[in-house]
Amino acid sequence: MLVKQISIFLENKEGRLAEVTSILARANININALTIADTADFGILRIIVDDAEKTEKLLREYGFSVSVTDVLAIDIDNVPGGIARPLIMLHKNGISVEYIYAFLAKEDDTAHVIFKVNDIETAVRILTKNGFRNTAKL
Amino acid sequence: MIRDRVESISLDEMRTIQGKRLVETVKHVYDNVAYYRRKMESIGLLPGDIRGYEDLHKLPFTTKADLIETYPYGMVAVDMDKIVRVHASSGTTGKRIVVAYTKEDIDTWADVMARCFARIGTDVNDVVQVAYGYGLFTGGLGTHYGAERLGATVIPISGGNSRRQVEFLIDLKPTVIACTPSYMLHLYEVMTEAGVTVDDISLKAGLFGAEPWSENMRKEIERLFNIKAYDIYGLSEITGPGVASECCAQNGLHINEDCYLPEIVDTETQQPLGLGMQGEIVFTTIKKKGMPLIRYRTKDITKLFRDDCRCKRTLVKMERVMGRTDDMLIIRGVNVFPSQIESVLLEFSSVTPNYQIVVDRINMMDTLEVRVEMNENLFSDEVRKIEMLERNITGAIESVLGISAKVKLAEPKSIERSEGKAVRIIDRRKI
Repeated sequence: MLVKQISIFLENKEGRLAEVTSILARANININALTIADTADFGILRIIVDDAEKTEKLLREYGFSVSVTDVLAIDIDNVPGGIARPLIMLHKNGISVEYIYAFLAKEDDTAHVIFKVNDIETAVRILTKNGFRNTAKL
Repeated sequence: MIRDRVESISLDEMRTIQGKRLVETVKHVYDNVAYYRRKMESIGLLPGDIRGYEDLHKLPFTTKADLIETYPYGMVAVDMDKIVRVHASSGTTGKRIVVAYTKEDIDTWADVMARCFARIGTDVNDVVQVAYGYGLFTGGLGTHYGAERLGATVIPISGGNSRRQVEFLIDLKPTVIACTPSYMLHLYEVMTEAGVTVDDISLKAGLFGAEPWSENMRKEIERLFNIKAYDIYGLSEITGPGVASECCAQNGLHINEDCYLPEIVDTETQQPLGLGMQGEIVFTTIKKKGMPLIRYRTKDITKLFRDDCRCKRTLVKMERVMGRTDDMLIIRGVNVFPSQIESVLLEFSSVTPNYQIVVDRINMMDTLEVRVEMNENLFSDEVRKIEMLERNITGAIESVLGISAKVKLAEPKSIERSEGKAVRIIDRRKI
């Protein structure tokens, strides 16, 4: 359920995204999930890759500001209310979500959700107790 | 109109006055300022060794570092009950310097400022809009006292609030304005936006200073407003505005040399240079009682010269300031040292982040942008935290400098480097 996420600071300039992703491509690193949070001036690229350690080292060598964060990944049913259920549980237990992103699995009706919370240990306990798990290969 | 006779006396007479006042000042600081006494003793100099103008070069220099070291009152040469006012400005590395005035000093300051207004033709019939900031900055109050001493009508509107400035220009019909030249150009933009033309206002002259400006800017201001634009020079350490100013000839600034004794020194060798030679201008305040300064290094680069001025004043002239010997920037009339910004950034990150100061002039207003390279100490994967960091740095810079800045976080290694060193200052202003 715990996944290592790499965050990269990027200025909001043309071509930056292409540059980071091609560095990863050349190193044969696969991106399994990706999201960007952006403002007018800068963006934070968040990715989940098949080799977090290698990615972190590589990007630092290229001079990027990088951080590695533990995030949660769970499966949810791809139906109305699928995402609401775990979020309500977390909220009732006083856990807040800092950010969240999701993607669909190819094969079945499962969606995968990735999120960062303010209290990761409690969140894992609650979600596990309620039968959530992660099957996505991240 | 020549306000004071001393402005048009012979050189001999001036040297006699200067010599007498210099001797008195040296004795005064030797007797009353421990710092100066030690400085003189360390080079074996006694007050008796200074017998006149020609002994000036024997005296030690005073620098801004001395003022920081003796902060706040170490250079005060009278009992504190004689001090009636202090002003303050920024030193390097975020430290302030304070200047103190006796009642007599404030009086002298008002007199020299009144001379400056008289030099540009201002008299009791004029209405003067003082749009320099009032407060710790000497610009507002110094100009105010001078215009009032002259007997003109003063509008103490202070800096900022440009729409109100324009309303006052229309309604109160000031004939003279005092502000920074860049602010004057900004006021033109505001006027134009509001549909106001020069026919709606009554200005005939302006006294502009507190920042470097050029002959082109003067022409621009004169053309846009259909007024005469005059340069005025001063610095708080010496007194504030009124140290020197232009007359009708608009060819060099007459220095009120009976109060502020000027010299030009070579920036490398520190040796005095003759008339017409470019170097750092150094002042000795020979009429100040509260906090006299001996051979104060201004770090401003200029030349001194004498000519047969058509205004009939014989006061020595200085050319418009051409630059600085340090990295001080003047932004919207405020002195800014890169080291001040550096010390703010150090508060946010255990390692000093790479940074760059970009100064520009947009819509006639100086803008200050501080680009800060992201590093491991500053980075977060949450936008909220990075935005908060930007806001906090912005707030801290504003509180140290007294002017607002736009903080922009940049990628590591994105700030251009020259021979390995980050380029700290980019000044895009065309002045």
